[in-house]
Amino acid sequence: MTTASPLVPLTRKDFVSPQEVKWCPGCGDYSILAQVQRTMPDLGVPKENIVFVSGIGCSSRFPYYMATYGVHSIHGRAPAIATGLKLARPELKVFVVTGDGDALSIGGNHIIHAMRRNIELTVLMFNNRIYGLTKGQVSPTSELGKVTKSTPLGSIDKPFEPAALVLGAGATFVARVADNEVALMQTIIKRASEHKGVAFVEILQNCPVFNDGAYDALTGKEVKAERQIVIQHGKPLLFKGGTMGIRINKSFMPEVVEVGEGEGKVPVSEIVVHDETAESPALAQMLAHMGPPNFPLPVGILRAVRTETLTELQLDQVSKAVTAKGNGIIEELWRQGDTWTVAATQSGEGNGSADEEELGTGD
Amino acid sequence: MQQIEGHETDAKRKRTVHELETVVIRFSGDSGDGMQLTGGEFTKASALAGNDLSTFPDYPSEIRAPSGTVAGVSGFQVQFSSHRVYTPGDEPDVLVAFNPAALKANLADVKRGGTLILNESAFTPQNIQRAGYTTNPIEDGALQNYRVYSVPVSRLTQLALADTQLSVKEILRSTNMWALGLMFWMFSRPIEVEITAINKKFAKKPHIADANIKAFKAGYNYGETAELFDANYTVPAARIRPGTYRNITGNAATAIGMVTAAKLAELPLFVGSYPITPATDILQELAHHKHHGVVTHQAEDEIAGICSAIGGAYGGSLAMTNTSGPGMALKSEALGLAVILEIPLVIVNVQRGGPSTGLPTKTEQSDLFQALYGRHGEAPMPVIAARSPGDCFHAAIEASRIAIKYMTPVILLTDGFIANGSEPWRLPEPGTLTPFPAKFRTDPQDFAAYRRDPETLARDWVKPGTPGLEHRIGGLEKHVLTGEVSYDPQNHEKMSHLRAEKVAKIVAEIPPTHVEGPEGGLLLLSWGGTWGAVAQAQKQLATEGKRVAHVHLRWMNPLPPDLGAVLKRFKKVVVCELNLGQLSHVVRAEYLLHVEQINKIQGKPFKVSDVVEGARPLAESL
Repeated sequence: MTTASPLVPLTRKDFVSPQEVKWCPGCGDYSILAQVQRTMPDLGVPKENIVFVSGIGCSSRFPYYMATYGVHSIHGRAPAIATGLKLARPELKVFVVTGDGDALSIGGNHIIHAMRRNIELTVLMFNNRIYGLTKGQVSPTSELGKVTKSTPLGSIDKPFEPAALVLGAGATFVARVADNEVALMQTIIKRASEHKGVAFVEILQNCPVFNDGAYDALTGKEVKAERQIVIQHGKPLLFKGGTMGIRINKSFMPEVVEVGEGEGKVPVSEIVVHDETAESPALAQMLAHMGPPNFPLPVGILRAVRTETLTELQLDQVSKAVTAKGNGIIEELWRQGDTWTVAATQSGEGNGSADEEELGTGD
Repeated sequence: MQQIEGHETDAKRKRTVHELETVVIRFSGDSGDGMQLTGGEFTKASALAGNDLSTFPDYPSEIRAPSGTVAGVSGFQVQFSSHRVYTPGDEPDVLVAFNPAALKANLADVKRGGTLILNESAFTPQNIQRAGYTTNPIEDGALQNYRVYSVPVSRLTQLALADTQLSVKEILRSTNMWALGLMFWMFSRPIEVEITAINKKFAKKPHIADANIKAFKAGYNYGETAELFDANYTVPAARIRPGTYRNITGNAATAIGMVTAAKLAELPLFVGSYPITPATDILQELAHHKHHGVVTHQAEDEIAGICSAIGGAYGGSLAMTNTSGPGMALKSEALGLAVILEIPLVIVNVQRGGPSTGLPTKTEQSDLFQALYGRHGEAPMPVIAARSPGDCFHAAIEASRIAIKYMTPVILLTDGFIANGSEPWRLPEPGTLTPFPAKFRTDPQDFAAYRRDPETLARDWVKPGTPGLEHRIGGLEKHVLTGEVSYDPQNHEKMSHLRAEKVAKIVAEIPPTHVEGPEGGLLLLSWGGTWGAVAQAQKQLATEGKRVAHVHLRWMNPLPPDLGAVLKRFKKVVVCELNLGQLSHVVRAEYLLHVEQINKIQGKPFKVSDVVEGARPLAESL
């Protein structure tokens, strides 16, 4: 018999699958898995209505570790599979778990189209800036000059900035967070999961084996206050304990300024105030492109805009079609176009050969 | 045109009306001349007159190649008859050519002594030269073996529409309707239905409707009054099985077959697709049927087309994707995923000429190997091939039923010829199609994702959203029972065998092989869209007294269980197909049997004569 979800609140444990987790010790993926499992009970979605879809790569093993429905698919195609699933079953909560190679290289086409359609998927992209599963080749987010097994003389391919890419493709929710920022990650995962529309979360994830320390310069305890700026809706863009901020200059370019009263300092009233709901993606794009060496890296929610989603538009079309034409009756579908009837008397009343009897049946 | 009985005299005009058994007409002109529409309208009139018929549109892949050139010629052929029609006909009895290029491109196909109706107005020095003629073929004796009616169609259309407010350009767009009118007269078709159809088609532009009707009537009246034609013709109604009919193309039949299958399975239909010639019509047709529970998704590429369908199937829909050869190649990795996930999915490949972009608008059967083998790993899939436009409806239902019953992706092969060709299709009587409601597992007791039905070896279909059955599946090899990832060598071997065995079990669904004609002599073996030509060829050879029979295959994998025994009852087997010998190869490998081949790979369907002439010496050498 079917048993409905228990009415007692779910806990993290309810989302832990019996599968042994097989990532390398120290992998940033462990933290992400833990934060996702912790966040799930807060979503208020019955466990059976949650599906994790992934592609190929270390990150894509993720669904095996969630005690929900899950599909570990093929390289790059998770957004396409998830799109079909969500269109077929709009009531499900569908997550896509992917990596920088899976999402931005082999699956680049699917990612940008998922973004432009604003389909209600929550995409978690683990960005370790390396191909881990294949043991250390350059990825589409590896920095120029990066020495890897496939680029022994350094990479000559310029990297993508993931947030800028998806904003350009029309993403309505974009956020960025480092794997060691537990509280911020939980907030972002919850907000992303609740977003009506497509949500893209870039998680800066350390690969301890093939790209260890890739983010040390941003995430290290001593440097993070200076190198990261935690952006919050309605708040000025301040960092380094509020002593530094971002101002827009006369050329509409961001600049880092010292904040405060006095010589060479800028009053907080001149600092840009973040608006994640701005209809134009301009501010979010500016933030997406900011980063070292001249700027701190913005983390938090860059954009969160509510516009109609693909499934809403689809359901609307269906209901309008049903209103206009009624629920489809199959016999009417067969009859569309010009039909004609051959009466029994016209048919030769059995005079026809067996061959003629068959005529026109098309079967 | 075979004249089958004497003529009667039209008292008014002292003109004769000949009764004919079968006629083949080809309409041909620039791709912008409206040939498909003209042919389609004439076809409808023939169907309403009770003729059996078969059509074949033949158009260039360029939407508008330079006007007046042979590359830009578009054609539409229809064979209609008072008897059964199997093909659109080998050789046109009548060619309606709208310009010199259309004449040049088609003349070689026209029956010797056939009728040419030429738009004399278009035979200008410039057009004559563009078509590659050095002199005017109407005047230089090149057409002396034909009955030529040179009619200034464009000029007469202009005269007929002189008192309208339309521009010359707009007027000339009605030239095809003038010619259609002439053909209606020539074949004694009632004009009222066509006038109604024109009014309906141009309901929002009544002045265009009026112009087209005027041109249409002018063409009809020209036939009646001009002293040019000494006779017109009538093709009596065929003896057709009672029922309600419509004319249908293979692509339309595939589309509504899938909607019907979904209703029979009591499921919504999910369509993940990407435009590709000649398969696009299927997506376009289905996009109109949202009120039938159809979700259509035009994906960003072929891969996303099938992957979204996999997502739809995982979600519990009857899911499909449709494509042609190059798109099929792109989908092949995802086909492997569907095989290992063991979920139902229908993949329609409307075959076209290949390799690569090949001949996008032309037909071929060269994707059989791709369908049977075109995946990495041991990835067996059932393959079914439709034989005619109307049969696509039934083949789509069969593919869907098998996909659900055996929890497997199924490939449905059609081809450009039957996809764009049309024939009268008898609507199913309501209630005559057997439902096959899909069953989903809901019971968590003893659930294992890959536990199989002992009879079909199908695993359970579980919809996400079902409490207590949360589980993970994927492209990695799975444990034989639980579906969890397994790298165990014995398990992989076991799973490989199980996947193969499951597909092999589908033989239980295949009816005994039907042999048309006498055993012991020559057997014509065909599959897919060549059915009509080969069936007709068998009849013709039998009429000649040859010991020739015909077997046509619908199931390509698995092959019918009795096929080997059937083939061995013949002295000689010849496999007829539009490729270099793919089924021949399969038959040799499967049954260790020597087979002969009749192949054609010109982007064109078989003519009946191709098969007859290829098979005759084999039949004579028995």
